[in-house]
Amino acid sequence: MKSNDLKSVLKKNTMTIVLVLVYIFFIIMTNGRIFTPENFNNLIAQNAYVFILGVGMLMCMLTGGNIDLSCGSFVCVVGAIAGVLSVINKVNTPLTLLCVFGIGIFYGVVLGGMIAFLKIPPWIATLAGYLAFRGLGTEILTTTSTTSAITNFPPALLAIFSGTILKTDSGVANIPCIVAGVLAVAGVIVMNITGRKNKLEKGYEVEPGWLFTAKNIIEAAVILLVMGMLAFDGGIPVALIWVAVIMVIYNFVCGKTTIGRHFMTVGGNAETARLSGINNKIVMFGAYLNMAVLTVIASLLVTTRFQAANSTSGTNFEMDAISACIVGGVSAYGGAGTVMGMVIGATLIGVINLGMSLMGIDQNWQKVVKGVVLLAAVVFDILSKKGNKKQ
Amino acid sequence: MAEVLLEMKSITKTFPGVKALDNVNLKVEKGEIHALVGENGAGKSTLMNVLSGIYPYGTYDGDIIYNGEVCQFHKIKDSESKGIVIIHQELALVPYMTIGENMFLGNERGKKYNIDWNLTYSEADKYLKMVGLTDSSKTLVKDIGTGKQQLVEIAKALAKNAKLLMLDEPTSSLNETDSRALLDLMLEFKKNGMTMIIISHKLNEVAYVADKITIVRDGSTIETLDCKKDDISEDRIIKGMVAREMTDRFPKRKDVKIGDMMMEVKNWTVYHPEFTERKVVDDVSINVRKGEVVGIYGLMGAGRTELAMSIFGRSYGIGITGELLLNGTPVHLTSPKSAIAHKIAYVTEDRKGNGLVLTNSIKTNTSLANLDAISKNKVIDQDKEYAVAVEYVKKLRTKTPSVEQNVGNLSGGNQQKVLLSKWMFADPDVLILDEPTRGIDVGAKYEIYCIINDLAAAGKSVILISSELPEVIGMSDRIYIMNAAKIVGEMPASEATQENIMACIVKSGRGE
Repeated sequence: MKSNDLKSVLKKNTMTIVLVLVYIFFIIMTNGRIFTPENFNNLIAQNAYVFILGVGMLMCMLTGGNIDLSCGSFVCVVGAIAGVLSVINKVNTPLTLLCVFGIGIFYGVVLGGMIAFLKIPPWIATLAGYLAFRGLGTEILTTTSTTSAITNFPPALLAIFSGTILKTDSGVANIPCIVAGVLAVAGVIVMNITGRKNKLEKGYEVEPGWLFTAKNIIEAAVILLVMGMLAFDGGIPVALIWVAVIMVIYNFVCGKTTIGRHFMTVGGNAETARLSGINNKIVMFGAYLNMAVLTVIASLLVTTRFQAANSTSGTNFEMDAISACIVGGVSAYGGAGTVMGMVIGATLIGVINLGMSLMGIDQNWQKVVKGVVLLAAVVFDILSKKGNKKQ
Repeated sequence: MAEVLLEMKSITKTFPGVKALDNVNLKVEKGEIHALVGENGAGKSTLMNVLSGIYPYGTYDGDIIYNGEVCQFHKIKDSESKGIVIIHQELALVPYMTIGENMFLGNERGKKYNIDWNLTYSEADKYLKMVGLTDSSKTLVKDIGTGKQQLVEIAKALAKNAKLLMLDEPTSSLNETDSRALLDLMLEFKKNGMTMIIISHKLNEVAYVADKITIVRDGSTIETLDCKKDDISEDRIIKGMVAREMTDRFPKRKDVKIGDMMMEVKNWTVYHPEFTERKVVDDVSINVRKGEVVGIYGLMGAGRTELAMSIFGRSYGIGITGELLLNGTPVHLTSPKSAIAHKIAYVTEDRKGNGLVLTNSIKTNTSLANLDAISKNKVIDQDKEYAVAVEYVKKLRTKTPSVEQNVGNLSGGNQQKVLLSKWMFADPDVLILDEPTRGIDVGAKYEIYCIINDLAAAGKSVILISSELPEVIGMSDRIYIMNAAKIVGEMPASEATQENIMACIVKSGRGE
């Protein structure tokens, strides 16, 4: 396998390179404003939900290009219910969380059951939720609030989802934050080195030294950059921790467990999966149950960030999640895709959004650009695959 | 000497890294049936694609001389306009269109903006009659069997005014009766002056229809045999194809030790999942012992695959009744998962459709049916998985640069080996092999046979389902004959001959 020369490494990481180039482009176009600690923090806070929904959508798409159209509307309903419970009825935070996660699991079981066992095509089953939940959420909010929005969420709930830890004033160098960053870097490097040593001992293939070093340096630089930026904007947002933890868990599940393998196989060839002893129905069921639970987390992140539940919240979130997956190289036919790819895709879209907003580009044109980017990503993907075949 | 219709002169076609055709020369005379034979990957299909313009003029070296003039085909339409028509191996009919619509697809009758349906269907009926089909051209293609669909393909070619017809493996999906009918039709066309090129793996069919046989090996034409003058026995042709004497097409098994009863199936009946009235397996009882290879021979559609899949955890059919005993104990298998847990493996006949995940690597395909063996608490031990894959690649001599290679990039024979690896790694006691050598070349076949023998020698019970008589006779210890959902005969291999097996089927067909 000649997969370790510079050219093929670059080819494998095209989207990451595109992300860096786009970011540099916006740094130039906004005179560096996108690179300030404050906007860096914004980028994370604004897009936290895309990562969470994106990873749920990834699991659905892996099973065969299936999508969930209802998650955006479900975000609205969950926000409204959380508001009704915690703000209007003054239910304490643990019980509120128990209720909304209960509702998420209930919806997930119903949806997963319909798709897996009644064999209703996912896009139809979730289209129903897309319509119904938007109506339901709006109805709850208009009947319980004169302004059609619930605000003044209890501080405990806000702290769990949109607070900041290791907090200091913005503009001041936050030492604990930097220390945390350095520790994280040390941890990653130690893990990389022991992993490589292990492989060498057993005589397996490893990447060449220069690539290994470069990888470590880039990873360290990214972590230090993020933590350094956050250190100057008042600390680490809790949303980032939610995102980071969930991404790490799903990256592990997808890449290293039999569960992930089952999802990939069902999407790769459902009949093969069935005849290999995999229960396709449980996999489909799991994908949509998982999606519903992640949607609850996404909803709480969004609701607490705006400190309000309103009827437009969650609009088009399902499309953001699908776009993140597609741009991140997840196959629209299922069976292929990684959490890291999706993360890159979501970040790229987030950077483009923020960059265009900072440049003061009209909302309508922003949509046009996003559409073109999405299409370009798919076209690029298909063309590059074609190129591979010819070789 | 008859007039030469087609001459291909020193054709060389290179793909990046591979020379697919190397200085190929082919001469086809007017009014003859010319057969091309060779192992998979020898270059037969590439040659046909060059001729038809799928690989346009300029992408290859050499000349095509057709009807006395040098031709430069840039696309398929160019060659079709001269009367060169290819019928591909995979049927390319649209199931939800009528026969007539299919026949004139891309070649519509009438004006561009207004298709003349009356003309379409009357002409379609005319051509259908020529191929001996009595069905109306308004029948939907999905409603006719594969045998008839193949005939529709031929009628479609005739409608294009074919003068040189090329048939790529025309009988690969047909049963024996339909195959014979098709070959007779070819002979009929020959009488009317049609020139044909046939590509086939089935040497007996080639010997039946061909006037000349050209053997292709490793991208070159090796020799052309004249069926009237030369020896065209199967052994002779195989020798040309593989460049070695295949003295023994089936490896002998050393020290056959047949042990205790392993699996018994009693009074097994299965109904069709959609046409719920139809029995696809009717009161079948079979058994297999440890270390025994039991062949099940039957024509396509006899119910062999249905029987196998219904035994394998009821993965096919409904209303399944009957008894299944493993080691003398009755078991009730409800899913493929439970079948695997009871150490039964079903190696499918359709490796691309439901055997392998083509977009995944050899490694992940190999471990797929037994992920538990390489994982702890659902976490996969990637090192172990890699080691297992490497072990099986070595053991089965799968040709691949690495176990990370996608199986979609492998040849048919190597894909089959990966499929076998997958099920061998599941460590079954009973292996049901459904057409394990379909569509793979002679060399790879021999290797698969050796693997089967090794499995039996290791005390496994093997059920070998095949529609190739020599294979069943050559490999099995005992043979069941299946026809029309029933077992119609059973005999030890020592008594089996092609004649008395066919006699079983013919007799049962008459209801004796």
